[in-house]
Amino acid sequence: MSQGLIEAGRHAARAGFSRRAFLKFGVTASVAASGGLLIGFSLPAASQDQNKGKSVIGGDGVESPQDGVFAPNAFVQIDKSGKIVLIMPKVEMGQGVYTALPMLIAEELDVPLDSVTIDHAPPNEKLFTDPLLGGQLTGGSTSVRYAWEPLRRAGAAARMMLVAAAAQQWQCDPSSCVAQGGKVMHASGDRSASYADLAEAAAKLPVPQDIKLKDAHNFKIIGTPVRRLDSPEKVDGTAMFGLDVRLPDMLYAAIVNCPVFGGTLASVDDSNAKKIPGVRQVVKFDNGVAVIGDHTWAAKRGAAALRIQWNEGPSAGVSTKQIVDDMANASQRTGAVARKEGDVNDAFSKAKTRVDAVYVQPFLAHATMEPINCTVHVRPDGCDIWLGTQVPTRIRDAGMKATGLPADKIVVHNHLLGGGFGRRLEFDMATQALKIGKALGVPVKVTWSREEDIQHDMYRPCYYDKLSAGLDANGKPVAWTHRIVGSSVLARFAPPAVKDGVDPDAVEVASDLPYDLPNQLVDYVRLEPHDVPTAFWRGVGPTRGTFVVESFIDELAVQAKADPVEYRRALLGKSPRARNVLDVATQAAAWGKQSVPQGQGRGVSVMHAFGSFFSIVADVTVDKDGAVKVNRIVCAVDCGMVVNPNTVEAQVQGGIIFGITAALYSEITIKDGRVEQSNFTDYRMLRIHETPPVEVHIVKSTEAPGGIGEPGTAALAPAITNAIHAATGKRIRQLPVGNQLQSA
Amino acid sequence: MTTLSINGQNHTVDAPPDMPLLWVLRDIVGLTGTKFGCGIAQCGACTVHLDGVAVRSCVLPVAAVGDRKVTTIEAVGDTPAGKKVQEAWRRLDVVQCGYCQSGQVMSAAALLTTVPDPNDSDIDAAMAGNICRCGTYHRIRAAIKQAAKEA
Repeated sequence: MSQGLIEAGRHAARAGFSRRAFLKFGVTASVAASGGLLIGFSLPAASQDQNKGKSVIGGDGVESPQDGVFAPNAFVQIDKSGKIVLIMPKVEMGQGVYTALPMLIAEELDVPLDSVTIDHAPPNEKLFTDPLLGGQLTGGSTSVRYAWEPLRRAGAAARMMLVAAAAQQWQCDPSSCVAQGGKVMHASGDRSASYADLAEAAAKLPVPQDIKLKDAHNFKIIGTPVRRLDSPEKVDGTAMFGLDVRLPDMLYAAIVNCPVFGGTLASVDDSNAKKIPGVRQVVKFDNGVAVIGDHTWAAKRGAAALRIQWNEGPSAGVSTKQIVDDMANASQRTGAVARKEGDVNDAFSKAKTRVDAVYVQPFLAHATMEPINCTVHVRPDGCDIWLGTQVPTRIRDAGMKATGLPADKIVVHNHLLGGGFGRRLEFDMATQALKIGKALGVPVKVTWSREEDIQHDMYRPCYYDKLSAGLDANGKPVAWTHRIVGSSVLARFAPPAVKDGVDPDAVEVASDLPYDLPNQLVDYVRLEPHDVPTAFWRGVGPTRGTFVVESFIDELAVQAKADPVEYRRALLGKSPRARNVLDVATQAAAWGKQSVPQGQGRGVSVMHAFGSFFSIVADVTVDKDGAVKVNRIVCAVDCGMVVNPNTVEAQVQGGIIFGITAALYSEITIKDGRVEQSNFTDYRMLRIHETPPVEVHIVKSTEAPGGIGEPGTAALAPAITNAIHAATGKRIRQLPVGNQLQSA
Repeated sequence: MTTLSINGQNHTVDAPPDMPLLWVLRDIVGLTGTKFGCGIAQCGACTVHLDGVAVRSCVLPVAAVGDRKVTTIEAVGDTPAGKKVQEAWRRLDVVQCGYCQSGQVMSAAALLTTVPDPNDSDIDAAMAGNICRCGTYHRIRAAIKQAAKEA
């Protein structure tokens, strides 16, 4: 397995010689370039019902195959030596797919997990489109949701064909044979054959029409706490990330991007830079300058020595204040309707009390630990690109655009990702590196400094939410309006997903609350923040939506003088899974059973997103200086059937830590068209000594799997801010918490 | 020319004296296990050992290394503490994206060398300089304790 991972890291896109042959329906035998005989098991697309869920990126059904249409999207291969290869349609960025997806294949194929090796899928939208995302992407917490049925079907089909091949050789009925541990055995016990021996014969058999999956109670691998298969490389320094690429005769580049969004290069004096030993060349491009050196240090020193004049462009005067003021003005406009139930005007007129609130959320940088980088080698007749990316096809397309070469001349070498979080759903770093690589003609590794990484990210957009609710005499919400103002990432990223002005990501969670609200109106006003580029960020739409609605429902509970848990519970009658996680989390946290000391508070949140249900209870202390300490997090998770509980716990804990960083500290601010933050000193991360215990309670479920990489982040912030309200009486309506409590 | 002892081998490198050890290791010697994260000693991804002591190689000029022996993630498994830490990291499934983990392992191994049975405060003090964006801190703490038990 280890070798397989390294291979996967090093060789991404050996565009598929023999794999193309497997496009045909069913199974074909084929001779690979290596000379090995392969069986390709092409995968029918997941049944649309199985994978029908909230689409996070791309909207429901964007470019997804029609029901019943064959749309192969991954492969399993078994060669003569018995080596089993999963052509991995997803990339590993910490979320554990290099373990979870092989578990699905190994389970149905009835082989030990460590016999499955991984090869990265080449860029090929026809084969590897994730119907939940509308492209060959890794993101949106969809990997296991997407793979759950098709990969098990692939494994099961392969197993049935290997059994059939054995039965044919032994001239017996397939029902008298069983597959186990990589072998087919005759029930009599006197004959057995390995998968390796049967592969060639199996490849000639027809694909079974009726693929029978294992019953869940027969699972031997799925549902067990399996250790990550990518651990060994990641603890001994041999794991290969994009930044670790080394090529013969490779040069190194440092970058100075125009500090103002939308600005361009006017002129550069590079005379001092060129005097620095090890500096080879200076490359100018439209909105920046690259210094090329024999090593990164020479390039960095050269970049620091440049004297640059910029055309700062129309956004030179833009500030965060202006952007928020613009959004406040835009919130006066009527938006595109995302959800309408009942008659809110009539309901407000009959309501006993009314609650109004405005919430503001900041721009956020991704700050992946691996700074943005891309290595390219552009030649007249070909182009190679090395990096870690969530979007290999978009990187290939960037290569085609930059070089004018056809797809088959562009090779994308995908690597492990040193954090993705949505940043590596973008291809800006490749476009830039290709400009530099074209000017050089030799291999060049472009590495951004941390400062460039923070100041030239594509940011989680700043959002402005305006809500009103009408309560009846019992304090129950009878009217609910929610206007959402902000950038549309999808309008840029996947335009067809935006329908009738509604960006499904912008309104996610807000337009589909688990609560029983008879009269509601949710609408969306798109407003782009001048030239500040926006992008997906861990937790995507649900992170923003959940903060707002779970804070506001807490405000309503306070107005109604009700316990926040009981208040929510009474509104969750139509969402039993949401109510159940609320019960599990609050019972585990002993909600209401302990008195909370002065200065401490406890808050709760509930969320349904990514096909999963989450509830979080946060305990905080606010000291007399207004500093917030998170004492404990208790989280209940219903993510349907669990493939690897080990990963689920890790993803929930990590997602929550990511969320605490954002809730307490994170904010990108704009002044004079520039980002004010620059490194971990002023864009700080939660550290180990600030990390509270995080209890994860996984609810047993037989439902189809839900996503797990992002919901912890998405559900976290309101639990903390509601706890702060409980501790201090101060309602946090703007993130981050920062120093807002210092004057409280 | 500067001669460095790295992982038990002498390397003579042509590097300017102010060049941080990090870039010497990565770009000249070719040891890419040590990672670049921030360049200002704020994240710990670049942590290596000098005579067994954890240092941030991104701000350490190569001229300041002197005769001290450099150990990187590629060879820390040859030390008793490093071996135990790596084993515990694997057993408890600490890693996620893995990018920061070279530095985490190096900081933890240096801690166990000086404090064989660290308490939570010791762990906080030794590990607070290492950022993990994936949020693996719970398992890092647990793995350090487990590695200490194997002593």
